[in-house]
Amino acid sequence: MDIGGNMFEEIKKSLKVSIWFMFLTFPIMVIKVNLTDKVIIWRWKNLILVGIGSFFLSFIWRYLLERKAKKAKKEEMGIGQTSIFLKIFNNPKYAKPLYIIFLLFILAFPFIFSMYQTNIMISALIYVMLGLGLNIVVGLAGLLDLGYVAFYAVGAYSYALLNYHFHINFWLALPIGGLLAAIFGIVLGFPVLRLRGDYLAIVTLGFGEIIRLILENWDEFSFGPSGISNIPRPSLFGINLGVKESTIFIYYLIVFMSIITIFVVNRLQNSRLGRAWIALREDEIACQAMGIDKTKTKLTAFALGATWAGFGGVIFAAKTTFINPASFTFLESAIILSIVVLGGMGSIQGVILAALIMILLPEYLRAFSDYRMLIFGASMVLMMVFRPEGLIPSSRRKYEYDPTKR
Amino acid sequence: MNKKEPILDVKNISMHFGGLKAVDKLSLQVYPDEIVALIGPNGAGKTTFFNCITGIYEPTLGDVFVLRDGKKRRLNGLKPNKVTELGLARTFQNIRIFSNMTVLENVMVGRHCRTKSWVIGAILRDKKTRQEEIETIEYSYNLLEKLDLHKFANEMAKNLPYGAQKKLEIARALATDPVLLLLDEPAAGLNPQETSELKDIINKIKEEEKISILLIEHDMKLVMNISDRVYVMESGRLLAQGTPREISQNPEVIKAYLGEEHA
Amino acid sequence: MDYFFELFFSGLSKGSIYALIALGYTMVYGIIELINFAHGEIYMIGAFTALIISGILTILGFNKISILILATIGAVIYSSAYGFTVEKIAYKPLRGSSRLSPLISAIGMSIFLQNYVLLAQTPNFVSFPELIPEIKWLEPYSSFLGSTDFVIIVTTAIVLVLLTILIKFTKIGKAMRATAQNQVMAALVGVNVDKIISVTFIIGSGLAAIGGVLIGSHVGQINFYIGFIAGIKAFTAAVLGGIGSIPGAVLGGLVLGWTESFGTGYISSDYEDVFAFCLLVLILIFRPAGILGESTQQKV
Repeated sequence: MDIGGNMFEEIKKSLKVSIWFMFLTFPIMVIKVNLTDKVIIWRWKNLILVGIGSFFLSFIWRYLLERKAKKAKKEEMGIGQTSIFLKIFNNPKYAKPLYIIFLLFILAFPFIFSMYQTNIMISALIYVMLGLGLNIVVGLAGLLDLGYVAFYAVGAYSYALLNYHFHINFWLALPIGGLLAAIFGIVLGFPVLRLRGDYLAIVTLGFGEIIRLILENWDEFSFGPSGISNIPRPSLFGINLGVKESTIFIYYLIVFMSIITIFVVNRLQNSRLGRAWIALREDEIACQAMGIDKTKTKLTAFALGATWAGFGGVIFAAKTTFINPASFTFLESAIILSIVVLGGMGSIQGVILAALIMILLPEYLRAFSDYRMLIFGASMVLMMVFRPEGLIPSSRRKYEYDPTKR
Repeated sequence: MNKKEPILDVKNISMHFGGLKAVDKLSLQVYPDEIVALIGPNGAGKTTFFNCITGIYEPTLGDVFVLRDGKKRRLNGLKPNKVTELGLARTFQNIRIFSNMTVLENVMVGRHCRTKSWVIGAILRDKKTRQEEIETIEYSYNLLEKLDLHKFANEMAKNLPYGAQKKLEIARALATDPVLLLLDEPAAGLNPQETSELKDIINKIKEEEKISILLIEHDMKLVMNISDRVYVMESGRLLAQGTPREISQNPEVIKAYLGEEHA
Repeated sequence: MDYFFELFFSGLSKGSIYALIALGYTMVYGIIELINFAHGEIYMIGAFTALIISGILTILGFNKISILILATIGAVIYSSAYGFTVEKIAYKPLRGSSRLSPLISAIGMSIFLQNYVLLAQTPNFVSFPELIPEIKWLEPYSSFLGSTDFVIIVTTAIVLVLLTILIKFTKIGKAMRATAQNQVMAALVGVNVDKIISVTFIIGSGLAAIGGVLIGSHVGQINFYIGFIAGIKAFTAAVLGGIGSIPGAVLGGLVLGWTESFGTGYISSDYEDVFAFCLLVLILIFRPAGILGESTQQKV
C-alpha cells in the first residue's frame, strides 16, 4: 500500500466502506423492536462501533489482499514460498524434540490439570481423531463430505443401543462401532460415486440430515430426542471405575487411539493407496487413465474415513454417558470439516493443531464465548480468502533414491 | 506384406453425441514395432477417438480390440482403468499431471495397475509391501532417468517447466507398462529443440522398449519424420491412410489439410 | 375433497416460497458455479428487516397496507445489500480457486450471519406481525385457501413474470444470460462481468427477501435459524428443477412444496423435513441434471 499521496484515496475508500456498513447493519444492529411493550430500543453505540471498526478493518483487508496478490505473483514466477511453520515441522532436528515435548505434556496432562480440563482435552482429542478420519476423505481423496457426522452418530448409537439391548460392553462395542460405521460409509458412498464436488457435498449433507432426522423421529428405535442415557464407561479388566478414574482412563485411551490414528494415517498417506487417493483428488480422469479403479478407491476412502468416526462415536458415548440426536447436527460436520480445511488439507500436523485450537481456544477464552460461533464463521471465510492452504500446509514425501545401491 | 496381428484393432468405431457424429465409422490398426500418426484439422474428432478407445467414452457403434498375451481382448465398454491395465496408456492434449505430487510420485502412480498392496499392506508395511514399494520407486526413477527428468524427482510437478511436464506425462504413461502408447499432441507448445528431443524419445520407446505408438499431432515435420504410417481424419471420418509420403501426395488430404505451407 | 384442496393450496404456497428462494440459488450457480450457502441467511435477514421496519411503523401508527409495502421494500433493499456485500467479501476474492474454498467460505458466511442476527437481535423466536390483510371475498374458500396463501401465490406469480421480462427482454438480462453461458466470451464482448455477477446476487437476494416477508406473515414467527432449513430445501428445489434454469427453480419449488404438503398430509407429519432431503439425494443420484436441466459432458 503506497503511503503519501495515496493516503487520501485510501482514507476515502475506507470511509465509503464504513458508511456502507453503518447503513447495512443499521436495522439489525441498532434497532430492537418490542411489539408487546410497544417499545423501540435504539443502540447507537453499535452504530459507532460498526463505523469505526469497519473503517480500520477495511485498511487491513485491502492490505492483506494486496499481500496475497503479491505472493501469488511471486509463485507464478517460480519463487517458492515456504512458511516458517513448514520449515520447522519438516526439519527433523527441530520437529523431533517438539513432538517429544508435546507428547510428554499430553501424557502428564491429567496430573497437571483438573478433571474439568481433562474432560475438555478428551473432547479435543476426539476431534483430532475425527479430523484425521475426515482428512482421509476430504484431504487425501478430495471427496467433499459434509455429512461426516452421520458416521459419528452411527458409532455412538451402536454402542448405546447394543449396550441397552444386549449388554455389550465398551471394548466389544468399539470395533463393532467402527465396523458398522465403515459399512455405512460404503453404503453412503455407493450412490455418490459419479457426483462432482459441490453435488457430492450437498448429497452427503442430505444424508447426514436424514440420519439425524431418523434418529430424532423413529422413537421405537432410537428413543427420539430424549436420547439414551446411562451408557456405561469403559471397564478396566472387568472392574468398573469411579468417575475420576474413568475419566483418566478414557483420557489415556483417547490419547492411545489418537496416536494409532496418526500412525495409520501417516502410513496410508505415503503408500500406494495414499497416492491413488491424491491422484483421484488431483485429476479424476487422469487417475483412471493411469489404471486406478475410481470406484474401489473412493469407497475405500469413505469406509476408512467412516471407521474413525465410528470409533470416535463409541468413545464419545462412553465419555458423556448420554447421547441424543442434538449432538449430531450439520454444524458438527461443518466443524470437523473446518478442522481439516483450516488445518491444511492432507496435513496431519495441521489437522491436529486445528482441532486443538478449535476446541481448546473457546474453552479458554470464556469471555468471548457468546461470540464463539461468530468468530468461527468469520475465521472460515478469512482463512479461505487469505490462507486456503491451511495452518500447516501438507507436503509430499521426498524420496531418497541412491542409484548406486541397487 | 507383414501379416502380423495388430496390437490395436479398431473396427468401425462411431461416436454420436445426440445428432452430432463426432466419430463416424473409423477403422484403424496399429501393428507391433510401429509408430502410427493420426492427423487432421482441428475438430476432426481425433481426441474424441482417443477417448473412445481408452474407455472415457463408450463408442456408440463398433469395436476396439487389443492384443494382449496372444489373446484378442475387447476394449469398448470397459472402464478407463481396465483399458490401461490391458495395455493402452495415454497422455492428454491439455497436460493432466498430478500437480500437488512430486515428479517421482507422478510416475509411481503409473505403476498402480501393476502392483497390489492396499489398506492392510499400507498400514502394516509387511515385507511384501515394502518390497513392492522399493520396486516401484526403482522402476519409476529409472524411467525418469531415461527421460532425463531424474534431477526433478522430488520437485512438485506443478513447478516444472512446460516441456518437462509434457515429458513427465510420457514417463507416467510408460510406468503402466503398456503395449501401446497413445500420445495426444505431444509436441504442442514445444520449441524446436524440445521437439527434436521428443522425436528421439519416441523413437527410443519404439526401438528399445518395444512399445508401439499412436500419436495425434499437428507438427507435420515431426509426423513425416517419425511415422511409419499415417491416418488422416476429417469431420469424424477417415479421409486417407498410408505412408507419410503417400499421404503428402494425396490430393484429398492436401485439399483438406495440407493446403498451408508445412513440411 | 376439501382436504385435498387444502393440501394443494398450502403446497402451492409453500412451493412458491421455495421457488422465490430457489431462484437466487439457481441464478448464482448458473453464473459462477457456486452453491451460495449463505443465501438462506439472506432470506432470514430479509424477514428480520421486515419485522423491524414493520415494528417501527406499527408503533408509529401506520396502516396495514403501507406497512406491508414499506416493510417489503425495506427488506428487499437490505437483503440485496447483504447479498451484494457477501459476494464482495466471501466469494469475489476466491474466484478462480478450487471448488472447495468458496464452498467453505460460503458455509462460514452462513454460520457468521446466523450468529450475527442471533447476537444482535435474539436467539428466540420473535413474533412476526400480521402484515397481510384478510381478503374479504376469499371468505367462502377459507377452508382450503387462506388469505396469506393467496397473497403468496399471486405475489410469486407477479414476481416471476417481472423476472422473466427482465431476463428475456432487457439488456441486463441478456448480459446475465451471456455471462452464465461463457464468462470469458461475455467479457470479451464488453460485458462488465463483475457488475453482472453483483446484479445476479442482488436480484436473487431481493427475491429471497420477498419470500422472507411472505413466510413471516404466513407463519407468524421467525428466528435466526429459519434460513438454514429453508435454504437447504430451496436448494433442493433448484437442483430438482435443474440448477441454472430459472423455470426449473420454479418447477422444483412447486414439486417440493406439493411433495411436502401431500406427504405430511397423507403419510406422516413427523418426517416433513426428510421428504426434502430424500428428494434431494434421489435426484442427485439418478438425474443430477434435474427435470429441466441438460446433462453436460465433461471435456477431456
